[in-house]
Amino acid sequence: MIAPLLAQGGAPVAASTAQAAATAATAATAIGQPNNVAMAFFFFFIAITLGITWWAARKTRTTEQFYAAGRTVSAGQNGFALAGDYMSAASFLGIAGLVSTTGFDGLIYSTGWLVGWPVVLFLVAEPLRNLGKYTFADVVATRLSQTPVRLAAAVGTLSTVIFYLIAQMVGAGSLIKLMFGLSYETAVMIVGAAMIAYVIFGGMLATTWVQIVKAALLLGGAASLALMVLLKFGMNPLALFAAASSKYGAGVLAPGKLVANPLDTISLGMALMFGTAGLPHILMRFYTVPNAKAARKSVFYATGLIGFFYLLTFILGFGAMVLVGPDAIKAVDKGGNMAAPLLAEYLGGTPFLGFIAAVAFATILAVVAGLTLSGAAALSHDLWTSVVRKGHARVGEELKVARGAALVLGVIAVVLGIVFKGQNVAFMVSLAFAIAASANFPALVLSIFWRRCTTQGAVASMVAGTVGTLLLIWLSPVIQVDVLKHTSAWFPLKNPAVLTIPGSFLIGIVVSLFTSDAKAVAGYDGSLRDMIDGARAA
Amino acid sequence: MTSTHHTLAAARWRIAIMLTAIVICIYFGFIALIAYRKEWMGSLIAPGLSVGILCGAIVIVASWLLTWFYVWWANTHYDAKLDELKREGR
Repeated sequence: MIAPLLAQGGAPVAASTAQAAATAATAATAIGQPNNVAMAFFFFFIAITLGITWWAARKTRTTEQFYAAGRTVSAGQNGFALAGDYMSAASFLGIAGLVSTTGFDGLIYSTGWLVGWPVVLFLVAEPLRNLGKYTFADVVATRLSQTPVRLAAAVGTLSTVIFYLIAQMVGAGSLIKLMFGLSYETAVMIVGAAMIAYVIFGGMLATTWVQIVKAALLLGGAASLALMVLLKFGMNPLALFAAASSKYGAGVLAPGKLVANPLDTISLGMALMFGTAGLPHILMRFYTVPNAKAARKSVFYATGLIGFFYLLTFILGFGAMVLVGPDAIKAVDKGGNMAAPLLAEYLGGTPFLGFIAAVAFATILAVVAGLTLSGAAALSHDLWTSVVRKGHARVGEELKVARGAALVLGVIAVVLGIVFKGQNVAFMVSLAFAIAASANFPALVLSIFWRRCTTQGAVASMVAGTVGTLLLIWLSPVIQVDVLKHTSAWFPLKNPAVLTIPGSFLIGIVVSLFTSDAKAVAGYDGSLRDMIDGARAA
Repeated sequence: MTSTHHTLAAARWRIAIMLTAIVICIYFGFIALIAYRKEWMGSLIAPGLSVGILCGAIVIVASWLLTWFYVWWANTHYDAKLDELKREGR
């Protein structure tokens, strides 16, 4: 179960950069050497996105514009932007790599990363749009006491954002070093500087368009790569799969030993399924559209785009397996992350490799920008304005604080990215999803749908979800065995979601039943009405 | 606050819970088959196409179709009732 998590966090890149550097020189590939085409594509992307930021900056004057792009983003645009926020470089490189080295087992993750989206649509998208303004805490706090809810929600949001950011930054540094030959620190700082510029100057409008451009590039790149693979197999995916099985055995089309422990697989599946509906940067996107109907349609578009992308990973993974070969892929990077770039090089030479490398870099950049903006919103909107200023910030103050918070978060991400250089940070992505699923999602659902939910119940659920997840991950094999090199771990599962999600629901329910919150109960009818009419943020 | 609001909220809630339950069954059913019916998942339907690969693709496509179904339901049934509610002046 650890391989895909590694893949998603990009950590195998980190873990195996040394070998890669040693072997890249001998392997017949341009990977790891400065690639002019990749550089040109990459700087072109930076130039375009900074141009967008400059345009967006002139339209970003108020908090509503900064956090929510003035709620002018269309359903189609938001669909692309959601897909852009969600499809990380690691899901492109990691899953393609996993399929190319393990076959069918890798595909299990292609499905796992998608199934959270229907849950987002059915349970949270529309209530969120109609009840909140900028953050998911707006919704939880809507009829509960502001200060405790905002504090607890900010802890959940910031934990999710920081762990996700570290994993992305370490992945970015290693990836760029591997693909462009830049130094790790330089790569992390370039990513940090660009992301800070997008968020501070262009706010949500720039971030949205960076996501849209990135999603189009990633889907276009992956689709053209898949098309080139299929052209070699008479446009028939089954011929490709058959070639893989005749070359490497029928086992590549069947479940293997990656799922040795079903409970672990189920636990990760739960984190993915319910974590998506608790990721702050995803939830925040629903405030950028004009109404609940647009929010609803945008998830439909996003699910289609992301599903299409994960179906492409079937072709890319098996294509790399047959055309490049698992041994050649592992020779360049032990984690298999270079499967897609190697496939691109095989099919289109160095220029196409350069294009795919630049797409992967752009992809990371867009994801970290979305994360930073949602973290900044938690700091400025939830903590500063709602807790410190009790909802009465001076005009223009919140916007300044938000920009300052984005700068601080960006710098923290760069510093932590450098601190964690070469460390195994794979567990941080599963940690981010597990916290999102256990701390944010249950409180959100309980506060929206359950009249009896009290302030104490929601806070207890969020705190227990965060603390419980951190504690169990600490006690699990991913820290005790993989990081601390102990021989065994106290907690057997690599992902605690199977316990922490039901646990936080239970704690939220029990604490609510044993406490009373007259204001919360009295406010339920009003919030139910707003949830339906969309009166609040219309 | 009218009873229509409650009826409408309850209708959306029922559909949401039902569809969520279907997604959960589809995905964890897939995982269960991988964990406990490995042989069957590896058997071939056609050259190059194992049951497992077909199921994986079905999980992805089915998830998307479920979002389509919800959007269709909400756009036609839910929104129609909502418009009615707004016309009545709440």
